[in-house]
Amino acid sequence: MADIVATPKSQSHGDHYDVDYLNDGSLLSWLTTVDHKKLGVMYLWSILFMFFLGGVFALLVRLELMNPGQTIMTAEQYNKAFTLHGAIMVFLVIIPSIPAALGNFALPLMLGAKDVAFPRLNLLSFWIYVTGAIIATVAMVTGGVDTGWTFYTPYSTTTDGPVALMTFAAFVLGFSSILTGVNFVATVHKLRAPGMGWFKMPLFVWGIYATAIIQVLATPVLAITLLLLIFERLFGVGVFDPKLGGDPVLFQHFFWFYSHPAVYIMILPGMAIISEVIPTMSQKVFFGYKATAFSSVAIAIVSFVVWGHHMFTSGQSQLAGAIFSFLTFLVGIPSAIKVFNWITTMYKGSISLAAPMLYALMFLILFGIGGLTGIFLGTMSVDIHLHDTYFVVAHFHYVMMGSTLIAFLAGLHFWWPKMFGRMYNERAAQIAAFFVFIGFNATFLPQFLLGSRGMPRRYYDYLPEFTPLHQVSTVGSWLLGLGFVIMAGYLFASLRKKMDAPSNPWHARTLDWQTSSPPITHNFHEIPVLKQGPYDYFKPFEPSVEGYHE
Amino acid sequence: MSSESYGHAAEHAFRQHHFVNSEQQFDTSKLGMWLFLATEILMFGGLFVGFGLMQANYPEAWVAGHHHLDRIMGSINTVFLLCSSFTMVMAVHASSTNQKSKTVLNLLATLAFAGGFMVIKYFEYSHKFHEGILPGRYFSYAGGGPPEQAMFFGFYFAMTGIHGVHVLIGMILIAWLTIRAQRGEFSSAYYTPVDLIGLYWHLVDLIWIYLFPLLYLVS
Repeated sequence: MADIVATPKSQSHGDHYDVDYLNDGSLLSWLTTVDHKKLGVMYLWSILFMFFLGGVFALLVRLELMNPGQTIMTAEQYNKAFTLHGAIMVFLVIIPSIPAALGNFALPLMLGAKDVAFPRLNLLSFWIYVTGAIIATVAMVTGGVDTGWTFYTPYSTTTDGPVALMTFAAFVLGFSSILTGVNFVATVHKLRAPGMGWFKMPLFVWGIYATAIIQVLATPVLAITLLLLIFERLFGVGVFDPKLGGDPVLFQHFFWFYSHPAVYIMILPGMAIISEVIPTMSQKVFFGYKATAFSSVAIAIVSFVVWGHHMFTSGQSQLAGAIFSFLTFLVGIPSAIKVFNWITTMYKGSISLAAPMLYALMFLILFGIGGLTGIFLGTMSVDIHLHDTYFVVAHFHYVMMGSTLIAFLAGLHFWWPKMFGRMYNERAAQIAAFFVFIGFNATFLPQFLLGSRGMPRRYYDYLPEFTPLHQVSTVGSWLLGLGFVIMAGYLFASLRKKMDAPSNPWHARTLDWQTSSPPITHNFHEIPVLKQGPYDYFKPFEPSVEGYHE
Repeated sequence: MSSESYGHAAEHAFRQHHFVNSEQQFDTSKLGMWLFLATEILMFGGLFVGFGLMQANYPEAWVAGHHHLDRIMGSINTVFLLCSSFTMVMAVHASSTNQKSKTVLNLLATLAFAGGFMVIKYFEYSHKFHEGILPGRYFSYAGGGPPEQAMFFGFYFAMTGIHGVHVLIGMILIAWLTIRAQRGEFSSAYYTPVDLIGLYWHLVDLIWIYLFPLLYLVS
């Protein structure tokens, strides 16, 4: 398989833009690069590091819960550990994971563009992310925060510790997210290759586009909310403090007006990856392309009107509760359309069970569980019972981790050869996937039971009758951790090899696979002119990039 | 910037390599700016919602609070910003029609109006600090009135403060534009920065148009 895309004319230039992007510059040039691929890679390493940090906190929390009473830390340390786990995983890992790392890398390639619309803004956004991460780290080492990642008032305005600093970190990270969103919307609108109409875009692009819209429209409200919270702590303005005549429920409204759409900032890119992996690994035309594309947009729209379902027990009116409950059910429709279309796409396809597909199948199962339990919680009367229990913890871990992070892993394994030009050990990847799947379910399935039996979330101690289920959950977290250790092993091992990845290992049809692995600095030597739809597997392959041969 | 592979496209000094032509670059930049303005509106929107809700809860405190605000100074500032928006429009027009000195003059006028706004804001703020009218727990005004005035001034300082920061950033940007315009960097072929910062400046103006009646003209 010859794997370089090059026309003789541009090869004769011999300038350094023809070199693959991984090897065309010094360390300093990496840190100041405006190349979307390098920024994607830098985001990837930063996020993986943060994921490691958040994962360590998760394991510590689970270890503490091994037995009732004190196991390894005090109650205060426990409060800080779960707050840091949540804040790191939400703001520093999951929200940027797919859009900023994989999206930055793949989106312009899929569109046939040389870069994102605003490359310098992209660099700025990366450094804002790093700044936010540093501020958050400072807040952690100067005492830590025990408010939970939701920063509910008036507790967050009265408790000790660097809450203002931690909130400021989230504020800064929000800017990074907004700038990435602005960049991606403009890129999708203006930088598509000639011939690529809206309905010839890969579904990954649709998903990232819908995500970017939410990032742009929801994040500013979080920014002002956190700013008001900082104000409140510094000056005691009293907007959110009932003692001073303020309204703590207002904080919850503001917070969830962002943070519920933020949940879809997390899941939509996951769905976007699955929409790419499944047709490719099944070598089949996507079933219901338009329905899937529009369902992403529909989820983005509905996401803005369901925030009240976080507040069924916070004293909002019953009528408001009923309306929010009904609106919440609406999310189930576009989500179900997607699941139906993914499964139907596989029907009679020639399915490969390579690592990306294993994770995609895992996603279908885990998202099914996570999504349906979301409907339980969206039902007002059921939620009164389950609110703030482990049932909620299990539900959102099935969605955030079981779906988004698993989809991220699918995407990571899918684009790894393109990003780094190397194949990983497939057998090792299968073993790791096995441990991740078993470990994940062992950790979180028992939590559904715990929650429905009344175990409240965020508690340090518990009644002895919950001990066996907690222990299963803790052992599960070790299996899950083992899966990630194996994964780190074979991924790092692959980086030490010679570059061996073919330009199109999965026989995909989208443009990102019609350039070399890894791509050259300018992505393509000539602007591709789109000749086929992204999933036209029923037609013989006709490359859109001149000089391409698989 | 390697553009050899696309050598047929007409080259312009300010075109970045990943755009096919200057028009695509201009459209893209403009779209980006509009998206950014949308985020600004939503951010201030959160403040307006909080302000409105608390006004509904404590109407007397809001009325009492607004009596401490100087309507004359507020009105002058409104006029300043409206004029600055006008000169900004003229600057955009002048830069897009290759009138260098007119561009520079209009930008300088915009800068002067914005500076006037900030000077008046400074006098307003220092007068309030002097009287002990400060946000939240630092509110120590001796003249009495409902205690929730402290919250009113929490909003007052948050809203006008964040707006003031936007004016300052605008001034820095306009000063930068003036220098570039003086160097003759803008022409009908390339005036994107003037156009975009103009859009930003109008939004800053527009937000004040809402802030002024909300804060100064409550009844």
